[in-house]
Amino acid sequence: MRRRRLPSGWHLVLAPMSLVTVLPFVWMVLSSLMTQAELNRFPPPIWPDAVDLGGYQRVLEGSNFPRWFLNSVLVSGAIVVAQVVLCGMAGYAFARIRFVGSRLVLVLVIATALIPFQLTVIPTFLIFNKVGLTDTLGALIVPQLSSAVGIYLMTSFFQSFPKELEEAGRIDGCSRFAVFFRVVLPVAKPALAALAVITFITAWNDLFWPLVVINSEAKYTVQVGLTTFQGQHRADWPAVMAGTVLTTLPVLGVFLFGQRRFIQALTGAVKG
Amino acid sequence: MTSTATALSRASRHTAPPDRRKLADNITGWTFAGPATLIILGFSLVPMAWALALSFTDSDLMSPGRDVGLENYRALVADPVFHQALRNTALLLFLYLPASLVAGLAVAVLLNRKVRGIGFYRTCFLVPYVASATAAGLLMGYIFDRDFGLFNGMLVKLGLPAQGLLSSPSQAMLVLTVIFFWTRFGFSVVIYLAALQEISKEVVEAAAIDGAGRWATFRHVIVPSVRHMTVFLAVWGMIDVLQFFDLVMTTTKGGPANATVTIVYYVWQLAFTYFTAGYGAAVAYVLFAGTLVLIVAGLLLARRRGAMR
Repeated sequence: MRRRRLPSGWHLVLAPMSLVTVLPFVWMVLSSLMTQAELNRFPPPIWPDAVDLGGYQRVLEGSNFPRWFLNSVLVSGAIVVAQVVLCGMAGYAFARIRFVGSRLVLVLVIATALIPFQLTVIPTFLIFNKVGLTDTLGALIVPQLSSAVGIYLMTSFFQSFPKELEEAGRIDGCSRFAVFFRVVLPVAKPALAALAVITFITAWNDLFWPLVVINSEAKYTVQVGLTTFQGQHRADWPAVMAGTVLTTLPVLGVFLFGQRRFIQALTGAVKG
Repeated sequence: MTSTATALSRASRHTAPPDRRKLADNITGWTFAGPATLIILGFSLVPMAWALALSFTDSDLMSPGRDVGLENYRALVADPVFHQALRNTALLLFLYLPASLVAGLAVAVLLNRKVRGIGFYRTCFLVPYVASATAAGLLMGYIFDRDFGLFNGMLVKLGLPAQGLLSSPSQAMLVLTVIFFWTRFGFSVVIYLAALQEISKEVVEAAAIDGAGRWATFRHVIVPSVRHMTVFLAVWGMIDVLQFFDLVMTTTKGGPANATVTIVYYVWQLAFTYFTAGYGAAVAYVLFAGTLVLIVAGLLLARRRGAMR
């Protein structure tokens, strides 16, 4: 009885471990608030002498960072909306509608998850080159309009979805489309939210494809912009760290906000 | 799923003749699934075939290349950078994969108890996983910088000699492995934790009643019951390692002296900085074949071991 009041001894093991995991991020924030002179000292200080926002000012005003940030918002936003709609519809069809070739196509789609993007990236670049769409934000969006993982997640979700709801809708004389949009989608919100969280994090963090297909600085995403910014301002660590903080905030926010859904989707995808 | 479909079509027979119903299902089905499917297959199967064709040419991305037969594949057998990339990727695989499985399960077991704040710890372990590899790379590239970095700073403060770290050909790949582990192992923790929560308390308690100690319970009850997750994480980890690119790009750019060139980084360099796209496609195909062989071998091994139990 007495022991229940004491905090568990396991905290002594878990707290240091989790601290080691997040400390680099804490220091990322701290170093973004230092001056260049402070960070050029060796060994570098752990705590800033005073809060200095110069790094943030230099990255926001001395580079195209706001533009890159906007590009990333536009691209990730479009991808999230498209995947929620298209993968949601496809998952529903694969789980609930009997149509010619559905099984074969579903297996094919899931198998494509094993194809590394590095294998397809050169021809994908050539395709966009041929239609003259390289170096556009559209080139960043189109290949990600839907995903094998999204279809897989949605299919397994709709397979376990109570069918009584739809039947009630059908009996009321609604068409399949009406049933899907009016009855099914509102109830499927948690699953769609999980897909949105995963998709946003993946889209926001992508570096490889934007690096390949975008040339002009005004069309960079934050990830590409930050990489080149660091290449050009190697001595200005506070500014690089400020940019890194600003780049990490949106995913961190979405993750913390949608953590339960995110974990559900990760583990659900594995179990299903 | 099948029973649902039959139930539905049975219900609808009251309203429409079966043939028209079937046709309607085909049309709706394809309208719903068509767009998503088309995009996925169009951006995977078509480029996959195209990449194979490219790997037999000397394409430079701009002009259609000449047919060179097996020349690219022959060239990479003798290519020292390709060999280096293979060695670097293999090193990462052998260090990272066992470490992520063991540490992932260990941390998950620690987290799988009723202690306050478990959710907070789990969040901490996942933060590096959701942060972008660019952010992680820039941050860690700075912390492990030879001349200005915090890590060497702490060594010096402790009176230890500063290390070459990312600037040292012998240490750079090891440092990258540590960084990669840091960004990825939270995923193993979460997956294992979900599996552990499925193990019923009765089984664990029964083992305890049978006189099994903590270690014996872990070894003979917990490890076998999360085996399917171990197989999944091993396959997933392999795919992850073989596609290792972002951290290299944002820290060492393959250097010093190619010490951290990975296969995917080499593919990118070949195709998009040296414009030898045909050769790059050949390297990518070897990577793909290697991935498939490793995955199939891993699954077969897992099966045989499962059968032996």
